[in-house]
Amino acid sequence: MNIHEFQAKELFRRYGVPVPKGIMASTVGEAAAAAARLFEDGVSFVVVKSQIHAGGRGKGTFKEGFQGGVQLCKSPADVTRVAEQMLGKTLVTKQTGAEGRIVRKLLIEIGSKIKKEYYLSILLDRQLSVPVMMASTEGGMDIEEVAKKTPEKILKQPIDPAVGMMPYQARNLASRLGLDGERIQQAVKLMQGVYKTFWECDASLVEINPLILSEGSDGTTHLMALDGKINLDDNALYRHPEIQEMRDLSEEAPLEVEASKFNLNYIKLDGNIACMVNGAGLAMSTMDIIQHFGGSPANFLDVGGGASKEQVAAAFKIILKDPHVKGILVNIFGGIMKCDIIAEGILAAVKDVNLKIPLVVRLEGTNVKLGQQIIRESGLDVIPAESLSDAAQKIVAAVKGLK
Amino acid sequence: MSILVDSSTRILVQGITGKAGGFHAHQCLEYGTQIVAGVTPGKAGEKFEGKVPVFNTVQDAVAETHATVSVVFVPAPFAADAILEGVEAGLALVVCITEGIPVNDMVRVKRAMQGKKTRLIGPNCPGIITPGSGKDSTGGCKIGIMPGYIHKKGNVGVVSRSGTLTYEAVWQLTSLGIGQSTCVGIGGDPVNGTSHLEVIQMLNDDPDTHAIIMIGEIGGTTEEEAARWIKEHGKKPVAAFIAGSTAPPGRRMGHAGAIISGGKGTAAEKIKALRDAGIAISPTPSDMGKTLAALLK
Repeated sequence: MNIHEFQAKELFRRYGVPVPKGIMASTVGEAAAAAARLFEDGVSFVVVKSQIHAGGRGKGTFKEGFQGGVQLCKSPADVTRVAEQMLGKTLVTKQTGAEGRIVRKLLIEIGSKIKKEYYLSILLDRQLSVPVMMASTEGGMDIEEVAKKTPEKILKQPIDPAVGMMPYQARNLASRLGLDGERIQQAVKLMQGVYKTFWECDASLVEINPLILSEGSDGTTHLMALDGKINLDDNALYRHPEIQEMRDLSEEAPLEVEASKFNLNYIKLDGNIACMVNGAGLAMSTMDIIQHFGGSPANFLDVGGGASKEQVAAAFKIILKDPHVKGILVNIFGGIMKCDIIAEGILAAVKDVNLKIPLVVRLEGTNVKLGQQIIRESGLDVIPAESLSDAAQKIVAAVKGLK
Repeated sequence: MSILVDSSTRILVQGITGKAGGFHAHQCLEYGTQIVAGVTPGKAGEKFEGKVPVFNTVQDAVAETHATVSVVFVPAPFAADAILEGVEAGLALVVCITEGIPVNDMVRVKRAMQGKKTRLIGPNCPGIITPGSGKDSTGGCKIGIMPGYIHKKGNVGVVSRSGTLTYEAVWQLTSLGIGQSTCVGIGGDPVNGTSHLEVIQMLNDDPDTHAIIMIGEIGGTTEEEAARWIKEHGKKPVAAFIAGSTAPPGRRMGHAGAIISGGKGTAAEKIKALRDAGIAISPTPSDMGKTLAALLK
């Protein structure tokens, strides 16, 4: 699960990671009120940040024409004007795809005077099976580019989960980032807070880009998280009810939300051949073989190891809600799942939705003969397939024949 | 011969009175697997299907029945506890079928298992099977949820991160008349007990394994690690398939471990590493059996 920047910063505050003072606003009125409160503190400018689950907001463009999903404002009137251009409008960034995302929330923050930008993140090191903290002096940049071009500029510190992040580990990172004096102790507190956020919230990623050294009006400098991104481990959400409440369904693809209600694992893709498969590995492979024979998969859909008739029916309906779908391939390797039960589920769904596009069904495994017989004798227009490659070739041909 | 398990291996089932545990314990017993004990806290003294004694703790079960292997079916929130209970009891092998275990729980488990003698397979895996010579391959050792009848006793080792895709590979082999020595599902999670490489090392040393199929998928680098080792030390022909050529980056494809992140873990990268190591790549998931068969000629 992903959460918004303002929610990530809420979690940061809880774990002692310094963030700029800010207020979330969902309406222009709220944005104006938030700005008024922040300007009362005597700041010279505030920052208005679009809240969507995608990066590249600053350089993004609104479909309505307004440039930039992050704006500096010098007065409450300025904030009102900018909020009107952002709220309810569609922001397109390099991470949203061409369709963009509707901005429904803004984060209004006091402006910071930036002396230096850094990068800081923590995620699982799959090779070591422990969390690894990564830091870089190349803050505010696309970190994947930095990793590709100058890997030596990315510092890595694996952390032993038995003891957590030790102060010396944070001091080492801070020193290698070129921090000195009081900034080292600030870095220890901040990095330990980031580790705690990661570990105690069961995050899969915590990323701060940029982490900044800001200069206060009195000339003192402080480390703080200017941005914040947190992804959470879905499998651990059951033990974090307060984080579950941060889920924003409007940020997720509607068909994926619908699928999750039926415990189906569905990911929409750009092609026109829908597939329905049991098991994640086989589902990926089915997408691959469709492409191998010149077709293009419309989705990833794993109905799981023990799907019921109802789940199969729900899966069909979700697949067909995608207007680009021109054909369906069902590929089931029945182990625990029996092929005759699947066949009945398919037939029920086909009748129910009044299917008008080609459907290829490949069944294998437990009770396969009975399943195939049920489909043959149904009188419905279902194309049976013998093997995975036979199935893929048949659906690709059928869909091309339609054009 | 085989690796990890054979028809004499004595097995206990953690979560034997649950729905999944009970169903699959029954299937394993029918296959001929030596299920000698079950563990469900508070149900000591009961008998599963009238014959398998149930204990409160793994320690009690081991003391009483001398089981050396456990298979874990307990729900995800309690799975880490169950695995470590088996480790503490000194089992040689714990096979964890449970899916959906929080990643941090597995990070803790892996840390706690350092220096212990127990090997963990999984989690989120179909299990291990050493096919037998009876009808539908019965009489061997099936520890997990795979359908027994698709297997056939023979000399090809199979290692995979995926469940149904493994069945697909095994079925292709069996349909071609090629049997299997041992099939190991290592699971689709980012932190698991045993890697591709470790299983391949065991298969490489097993005299009854003559060839190996490795089934990988996008995400992580364990296939590349295995490939590097095979290039140096591999004594047997290896065929492979990598699932996920068409998967978009940044999206988790069902398995928690199947995600391309930061441009790493793509199918193309893995296939290149495997080819460099002299491994035969199956061009589609429909050609896994054929690709392996060509290596045996």
